[in-house]
Amino acid sequence: MSITIDAVSFAAGDTVIVNGVSLTVAKGKVLGLLGPNGSGKSSLLRLICRLRKVRSGVIRLGDDDIASLSRAALARRIAFVEQQSTTETQLTVRDVVRLGRTPHRGMLAPFGAEDDAAVEEALLRVDMQARAGQLWQTLSGGERQRVHIARSLAQAPGELLLDEPTNHLDIQHQLDILRLISKLGITCIVALHDLNLAAMFCDSLAVLQKGEVVAAGAPEEVLTEDMIGRVFGVRAHVQKSAVHGRHHIQYVLD
Amino acid sequence: MKAASVRKQGWWALAALTISALLLLGLMISLAVSIGEIAIPLATTAEAVSNRLFGTQFELSRIHQGIVWDYRLSRALVAASAGASLSLCGAVLQALLRNPLAEPYVLGISAGASTGAVCVMILGLGYGVLGLSSGAFIGAVIAFLLVGFLATGAGGTGERIILCGVAGSQLFTALTSYIVTTSANAEQARGILFWLLGSLSGVRWPDVYLSVPIALTGFVICMAHVRALDAFAFGTDAAASLGIAVRRVQILLSGLTAAMTASVVSMVGSIGFVGLVIPHAARFLVGPGHRRLLPATALGGAIYMVGADIVSRIIIPQQVLPIGVVTALFGAPAFAVILYRVRRSA
Repeated sequence: MSITIDAVSFAAGDTVIVNGVSLTVAKGKVLGLLGPNGSGKSSLLRLICRLRKVRSGVIRLGDDDIASLSRAALARRIAFVEQQSTTETQLTVRDVVRLGRTPHRGMLAPFGAEDDAAVEEALLRVDMQARAGQLWQTLSGGERQRVHIARSLAQAPGELLLDEPTNHLDIQHQLDILRLISKLGITCIVALHDLNLAAMFCDSLAVLQKGEVVAAGAPEEVLTEDMIGRVFGVRAHVQKSAVHGRHHIQYVLD
Repeated sequence: MKAASVRKQGWWALAALTISALLLLGLMISLAVSIGEIAIPLATTAEAVSNRLFGTQFELSRIHQGIVWDYRLSRALVAASAGASLSLCGAVLQALLRNPLAEPYVLGISAGASTGAVCVMILGLGYGVLGLSSGAFIGAVIAFLLVGFLATGAGGTGERIILCGVAGSQLFTALTSYIVTTSANAEQARGILFWLLGSLSGVRWPDVYLSVPIALTGFVICMAHVRALDAFAFGTDAAASLGIAVRRVQILLSGLTAAMTASVVSMVGSIGFVGLVIPHAARFLVGPGHRRLLPATALGGAIYMVGADIVSRIIIPQQVLPIGVVTALFGAPAFAVILYRVRRSA
């Protein structure tokens, strides 16, 4: 389903964190959310899956206002991959992915064949099937992120939100994760720091600054030298890559 | 298909484990009834119980009949349900607060109960209407509400809730110490100490009618929330994004564990160790999934407490050791062995 964010604001106490944001993501497309630290990316993602309540504005999944859905109904629609979330509990990879079935099960209903199938399919898609029995604590950062994505896929969402999923990963794993996300065919909003990766893998981009959208559109429209200078305070040289045809940013030191 | 067959095997193993645990619990309770200053053969125990339950007419001495039914059986049943309740509360709080050191008394309940108890016992509050148990229960509830109020104000995350619990516990412990040192005579102080360490001595059938339903109801409510408890593994935001009504579950389950713990403490004192360690031991046996963990924890706690009661009665001739001393004295080394073996096999 598509995601429509209409004039959404959010504040913690007196501090306005998200200010009148309007964005749309078409069904099956990937929107990259860019912006400096503290620009409101994480907060916006949390508002979309209703982990925080909007102060004003409306968020819709397809035609449904998220405020009208129950917590469980919402979890059957939208999945969220947090930044670096971990546990001390001795869970295996499969245990973690099975958590994704939580909103699909009744209060005492045992794990059914459909749940098993969804879990195996999710493990397969992130290529962790062979390691399903391994303990969470033994995984590397990249593997943990893949397992989180598998957990969110087992949730069978129509929309997927990811908060800096490539943070702290080596370049190979960054590329792996983003390629995986861009090929899911699920409507995604992904917060990213790396502008080049955003240009390579996202269908559209939105740039947040101090809680407001300052640029939005196709990657080549958004990623301009002027925008990078204004928002990130960095001088950049932008050109079309001869290798992959997307925009490529080189930073220039004064 | 592979996952399904593994699951089927898992269920058989689980059923076998549950049945053996129930049998073991039955055996422990029978032993607890038979063993004591006056040893009663198991057969006599069975006959005495059958006389009362099924109206059979076995010829027994009235002393044996009385000891079995009026003293030891009620005591064993209260021990079992108290053990089950405390362990269950420990397991639930460890999941809710995401802290392996959480236990039933972490929210100030035992400290509050002891303050309530000394208020009745030493200061004579309650005008003779309130007994020791009611005093302890009221103290426990007040302490829990205070800690809950503090924790909500402090943001309500796992770590802060525990810190508020520590603050609350310290406050009530200090109040208790203040009252004991300023108002109690030596005899009263000794009585308080014994009460704090836990005792099943005064337990009779009315306590059974209270503690068994509490343990069973608590168990059913907790089992209805196993999915939620599992979903807390990665924190409250992760649980909420999996469709769990986090706030409702937190309030319901912390209130439930507080009520269960307060009622246990007001009946038998604050018996330590069981609520902290039995959930961990059960986790080693059946894994971290709460659908298996909660039954294993409840049964394990019941068996352990009945065993501890037997030991407390026979270890020193002519004297009953406070049961809290036994649970820790024997449990701590056993737990160390489990930890050591798990580390070696990991």
